[in-house]
Amino acid sequence: VSTLVIAEHEGGAVKAPSISAVVAAKSFSDVASISLLLAGSGPSLHEAASHAASCHPSISQVLVADSDKFKNPLAEPWAKLVHLAQQSGGYSHILAASNSFGKNVVPRAAALLDVSPITDVIGISESHTFVRPIYAGNALSTVRYTGANPCILTIRSTSFPVSQKTVDSRFKQAPISQVDLSTFDEDLGKSRYISHTCQDSERPDLGNARFVVAGGRALKSAENFKMIEKLATKLGGAVGATRAAVDAGFVPNDLQVGQTGKIVAPELYMAFGVSGAIQHLAGMRDSKVIVAVNKDADAPIFQVADYGLVGDLFEVIPELLEKLPEKK
Amino acid sequence: MKIMVAIKRVIDYAVKIRVKPDKTGVETQNVKMSMNPFCEIALEEALRIKEAKLASEVVAVSMGPSQSVDTLRTGLAMGADRGIHVEFNQTLYPLSVAKILRALVEVEKPGLLLLGKQAIDDDCNQTGQMIAGLLNWPQGTFASKVILDKEKQVATVDREVDDGIETLSLNLPAVITTDLRLNQPRYATLPNIMKAKSKPIKKFTPQELNVEIKSDLEVVQVTEPPKRKAGILVSSVDELIDKLKNEANVI
Repeated sequence: VSTLVIAEHEGGAVKAPSISAVVAAKSFSDVASISLLLAGSGPSLHEAASHAASCHPSISQVLVADSDKFKNPLAEPWAKLVHLAQQSGGYSHILAASNSFGKNVVPRAAALLDVSPITDVIGISESHTFVRPIYAGNALSTVRYTGANPCILTIRSTSFPVSQKTVDSRFKQAPISQVDLSTFDEDLGKSRYISHTCQDSERPDLGNARFVVAGGRALKSAENFKMIEKLATKLGGAVGATRAAVDAGFVPNDLQVGQTGKIVAPELYMAFGVSGAIQHLAGMRDSKVIVAVNKDADAPIFQVADYGLVGDLFEVIPELLEKLPEKK
Repeated sequence: MKIMVAIKRVIDYAVKIRVKPDKTGVETQNVKMSMNPFCEIALEEALRIKEAKLASEVVAVSMGPSQSVDTLRTGLAMGADRGIHVEFNQTLYPLSVAKILRALVEVEKPGLLLLGKQAIDDDCNQTGQMIAGLLNWPQGTFASKVILDKEKQVATVDREVDDGIETLSLNLPAVITTDLRLNQPRYATLPNIMKAKSKPIKKFTPQELNVEIKSDLEVVQVTEPPKRKAGILVSSVDELIDKLKNEANVI
């Protein structure tokens, strides 16, 4: 078993979901050799490579592709890069996290390798048998890859958590080597990166936060939604939203939790004015503790909530803001 | 320019699905079927591009058993000019779908291929990326805004990514997959439903397109997800805080 993990980096460090992919790769076999592929250009790439080399004890090699072609996360050069790495490395498995980068790049790379990828894996039973949710998580499908190597997966990072001990530790440096790009023949210029807009936030990342406070359409306005933000700040958590709240323009799209939005599994998920459509539940049903506050006692969210409170969120939230202890 | 749109027939999004007792899959007998919501958005976008006089024709494509024709008729009633049905009665995985689409692209030569970003049955989110790879076309996945420049033959695509919106510029021909907020699909009106009955639907089999359907995946079993244990209702904020502190130990 030899695995290639396609990793992302930011600010000189490997992103957390990519380390989850290493955790998943390790579950095939304890003796697996795991190579981490990083690409980009400039000093931050090399900083990230050095972080990658010591961020997890199972990483046996770091491969670095240093070129302006990988400065932005475009699928076209990235898929070609994965193809090239596979040709020289002959891996049995290729993995990436199932986030917007992995979802964009991995199936394209798989097509170049004539392989059916298995996306959004939440469980690994053997080296070629995987569990993934279908129908918005209302059923679980166990699938076996029967083709020739490599087996290509994206994994849901919430299902393969990185232990705090690993996060806090530095391990023996794995060797870092450069990918030979002399045969890289991407005909560039068919797609161009123009811009990226995001709302800078001091809050923890929604996908990895310990606490998530989410609001639905019942908040009625962007102004009212600030109550949700205040509560999240008080708990030191992230803000989530339903599709209805995003569609209504209360919050930007990157806060949407659900089948087609973010998948979260925090220690505490508090849902205010969220009815609990199956598409929303798909994104948060693996949270450890779920609290639901809704005026409608029949709202389906109460069927998954550990603690439900039937009441008016406009009264409950201010009371919570007053009575909840400050974050430690 | 011609636009090709791939549409999929799935269990209606509002149906609560049931896993079959023998664990071979999900019950589809006597269940309401509809066009995948993301595919509706893709088709709507194609129609709007045509209405803006930036495209000459919209061709809807669907694959699967004979009932896929119903979904194609829905697409024709929404406004697609004609349909193509590739008949196949076994499971088609995204890689095979992408290969069939590649063969159809060779026949039809569209300037733009639009697909939904994922189907709400298998939630794969793969086909658009795979067909783009097979054709070596640029891809704009998870689109929330598409602007076409006919002169320059370029599409500018806003993509919904994990940390905001990314904007790409793609040379045509290109593959674009649609996200929820791209548009609000129209309903088919009665006159258009009548008109759709006389619009042509061409039939192919994968063999006729020289596509070999090989499968490198098998479904071992389909099961129900573990149920969450029933929770309790609390009567006040004080009780809620007490439970979170002393029972769940999360705050």
